[in-house]
Amino acid sequence: MEYFLQQLINGITLGSIYGLIAIGYTMVYGIIGMINFAHGDVFMVGSVAAFLVVLGMGLTGGSGLLLILFSLIIVAVIAMVVASAYNWTIERLAYKPLRGSFRLAPLISAIGMSIVLQEFVRVSQEGRPKPVQPIVTGGYELMTRVTEAGEFIVRLTNMQIFIIVSTLIIMAVFTALIQKTSLGRAQRACEQDMKMASLLGIDVDRTISLTFIMGAALAAFAGLMFFLYYGVTDFFVGFLAGIKAFTAAVLGGIGSLPGAMLGGLIIGLIETMWSAYFTVEYKDVAAFTVLVVVLIFLPQGLLGKPEVEKV
Amino acid sequence: MASPDKNAVLSVEHLTMRFGGLTAISDLSFDAYPGEITALIGPNGAGKTTVFNCITGFYKPTEGRIAFKHPDGKEFLLERMDDFKIAQNAKVARTFQNIRLFSGMTVLENLMVAQHNKLMLASGYTVGGILGLGGFRRAEKAAIELAKSWLEKVRLIDRADDPAGDLPYGDQRRLEIARAMCTGPSLLCLDEPAAGLNPRESEELNKLLKAIRTENDVAILLIEHDMSVVMGISDHIVVLDYGQKISDGDPASVKSDPAVIRAYLGVEDEEEDAIAAKAIAEALGDQS
Amino acid sequence: MTAQDVSTLKAKPIDFGAVAKDLLGTAVVAMLILVPIISHKSVITQYSLVLETRWPTIAIIMAVLLSVRLAMHLFVWNRAPKPVAARSAGATKVTWTDTVAPYVLPVMIVLAILLPILAGGERRPIDLGIYILTYIMLAWGLNVVVGLAGLLDLGYVAFYAVGAYAYALLSTVYFPYWFGDGIVPWAFYITLPLAGLLAALWGVILGFPVLRLRGDYLAIVTLAFGEIIRLVLINWFDFTNGPQGITVPKATFFGLPFTAGEGGFAAFFGIEHNRIYYYIFLYYVILALALLTYYVTNRLRRLPIGRAWEALREDEIACRSLGINTTNTKLTAFAIGAMFGGFAGSFFAARQGFVSPESFVFIESAIILAIVVLGGLGSQLGIVFAAIAIMGAFELFRELNFLEAVLPAGTDPVHFRMLAVGLAMVLMMRFRPRGFVTRRQPTVFLKERKAVSGDLVKEGHG
Repeated sequence: MEYFLQQLINGITLGSIYGLIAIGYTMVYGIIGMINFAHGDVFMVGSVAAFLVVLGMGLTGGSGLLLILFSLIIVAVIAMVVASAYNWTIERLAYKPLRGSFRLAPLISAIGMSIVLQEFVRVSQEGRPKPVQPIVTGGYELMTRVTEAGEFIVRLTNMQIFIIVSTLIIMAVFTALIQKTSLGRAQRACEQDMKMASLLGIDVDRTISLTFIMGAALAAFAGLMFFLYYGVTDFFVGFLAGIKAFTAAVLGGIGSLPGAMLGGLIIGLIETMWSAYFTVEYKDVAAFTVLVVVLIFLPQGLLGKPEVEKV
Repeated sequence: MASPDKNAVLSVEHLTMRFGGLTAISDLSFDAYPGEITALIGPNGAGKTTVFNCITGFYKPTEGRIAFKHPDGKEFLLERMDDFKIAQNAKVARTFQNIRLFSGMTVLENLMVAQHNKLMLASGYTVGGILGLGGFRRAEKAAIELAKSWLEKVRLIDRADDPAGDLPYGDQRRLEIARAMCTGPSLLCLDEPAAGLNPRESEELNKLLKAIRTENDVAILLIEHDMSVVMGISDHIVVLDYGQKISDGDPASVKSDPAVIRAYLGVEDEEEDAIAAKAIAEALGDQS
Repeated sequence: MTAQDVSTLKAKPIDFGAVAKDLLGTAVVAMLILVPIISHKSVITQYSLVLETRWPTIAIIMAVLLSVRLAMHLFVWNRAPKPVAARSAGATKVTWTDTVAPYVLPVMIVLAILLPILAGGERRPIDLGIYILTYIMLAWGLNVVVGLAGLLDLGYVAFYAVGAYAYALLSTVYFPYWFGDGIVPWAFYITLPLAGLLAALWGVILGFPVLRLRGDYLAIVTLAFGEIIRLVLINWFDFTNGPQGITVPKATFFGLPFTAGEGGFAAFFGIEHNRIYYYIFLYYVILALALLTYYVTNRLRRLPIGRAWEALREDEIACRSLGINTTNTKLTAFAIGAMFGGFAGSFFAARQGFVSPESFVFIESAIILAIVVLGGLGSQLGIVFAAIAIMGAFELFRELNFLEAVLPAGTDPVHFRMLAVGLAMVLMMRFRPRGFVTRRQPTVFLKERKAVSGDLVKEGHG
């Protein structure tokens, strides 16, 4: 029971990160119907940028709590802006000229972009991972159980609280943005019918650009948290995290924002539980298997709309 | 009326198709006879194409039976078969409302693909074909001959080596019919073959369909809005409205059926009915 | 449009305010991209992690970027739009490429056969030839799935892996166990067909669940399958020896090993021992395998199954309405494509003398796909050019030592080659999305063979 509770906490933490990345996939797929294959790497760029800024600020676990919190907000903003600039540029250079081209073109271009981003960061930052000391430290002991093997303590770390709480805040702000503003309305209109939306005076290019920017900002935030949580980041973290987040987006129902978050949580939990109860080596295999199974048996996802084959 | 007719080639019995809460077809029964053209007409959204999709296996009906009998006595229950098996074994061929040609392949290639199963067998499921055995070469020659004869019938022989996507609209419609006929069907289902054709092309289509009916051992099922085509060539008309059959009979009787007129014009008043009936009868009469 | 008309089209006047605004915007975005990812670099020192800055590099990049953009504003973008040429009707015109095309391949085959002689005992050209031919073969195999059947497969490298491991495990573990050590010199010849069959079997196993998927979803699931296979190869230590890989016996000349001394190839033929013979032998093996791939796939395209693949790419629903079993058609495409991947994999293992999971990463799939797409979907000749272009450019990066002068210290030009591949994929899609050869050759004709314009050919559901 205690062990399970601990895994639940870990899973939700990880799931929050995946959920935030998944939103970027789901929004872009919803609006232009393509898998932004490079999205995982935008997450990586956000994470590496956060790492560099943290390093530049000289932030360590020894600084006061308020100072850490305040600095992390600055780090988050910088990482989000940087990742947004990347995603905006990617959309402009690699996807926009291909709108209306043959269907494989954007996907192949996106795969190319993904390689470019990885190699770009690898060349500039070198390949090997560079761990930093934990910055957000401490936590609470929720439960203790003494067993023959020693005591087992269920911990909720400050880092985990930070991740879960800030994900909730970000999601609340983001949902309000989508539901209440004209931008959200324009996005939904473009999802329905891009041509009609542009005829009605919606600036489609701007809407798409903003969608990429928002997706990148969320991914960058996830990138910051990923780096803080694991204490390390490198040029390759985007590949696996990206595929898992994509799985989350599909599982939740592609195009659905709450679905992306829900899918993220489920994937995070599956991964953690698999590592805890089965074999940690095969945790990625488990995630890929979930992707395959979901796509085959539940392609519309949990909260998505089913598609009927038109004859 | 619903009792299966012994002579019928196709007997649709109590066919019902629901999509979620929407009932597209409810309790529809009708027959089609060999050597006849049966037209399925009705206002937009009446469920005509859904009937076609049930017959050709693209949809699985919610309820009902679709019995199909070959001249040689073999019987098939189409609602239980996969779409490609219906085409392959029961020999039901179809065309589509929005033309579905292989646009990047040539006209001749389109007709060769239609003879896939026959050629596949001749190529010894590819093994013989790779080794270049003679049986396959003969079969391929015969297939080309069959394709040529159909291209002559639909007057596309000069365009045999052009890509199908390059043909004008009317030619594409005829090519799609020729492609369906190359499968050697017992039942040919045509979904709005005259849509988008000009009067001259419609006239030509009438001739083609009549020729197919007399020269081939095939029953034709036709969805059509163009009354000049429907009245000009059908032997038998089934009228649908809101997924239900409202009339069934020869063109003359359907033309004067008040239920049909009501469905098309949506009037209730008897007097208006009469006027409308007269107007329609005149219009239809002129065209046919 | 006559020449006179063209000359009357005046250049637009330059709006300097707008140009300044654009340059400012470019500068801001470029700075965000360069800072901090390029400007700062983390370095591990003895005690801690520190940041190194690279401001001069940033300044150079910014200066170049802005001046190029300014130049574009001043000299290119303000030009009057070129008169648009009327779109030529797709199929009716026979271009010179169509007339030359039939002769290109025979010439290339003759050149390929003569290459070891032309190389004059040099090893490098032969190595490069082996390298390129392997990718040509892989791309021809993948072409069946992607180019003909229109199914986007991002996990093709899995079948390459199956072939390689089939050879490695059969020749080192199972054959000696089953038949004794005497079989080992012959292992390559026996495993080669087996590896192909095993890979084809895996093609069907992996193909079966994904039959219903379309488009991007198919791509992602095949990618996932590829990764699953690689992860299993890494983690199933007892079976595959994990990340350490397996050392495998080298191929022999029909039982004669390429070793010096008694019983070797050189001794048998009474010539002086030279390692080059082994590479020449490998070269001809892969050339033969590639030509076999070409012959079979080319033949298949003209058979009913090949036409069904292409019809499937064009319109799956129409295929079903014509009685084509689309399930079997897709599975055969997967199986045939996988089979050639398996052959190539088994050759790869024999050539390397070693297999490990790291040879079968996603990037390999992406490169093979890039070759297929750059060649022009469905075009076998295009693939040859694409493979030469991409793999040749790849090798070129080894030679670019002069780049080291301009690059920051410690970076190797080889690191840039993947960056270049990624950029090439993006640029390719931008400027030539349909690849080198855009016209499709029909498989059968009545009077004359007219190529079909690429605009009409569909790319399939995924």
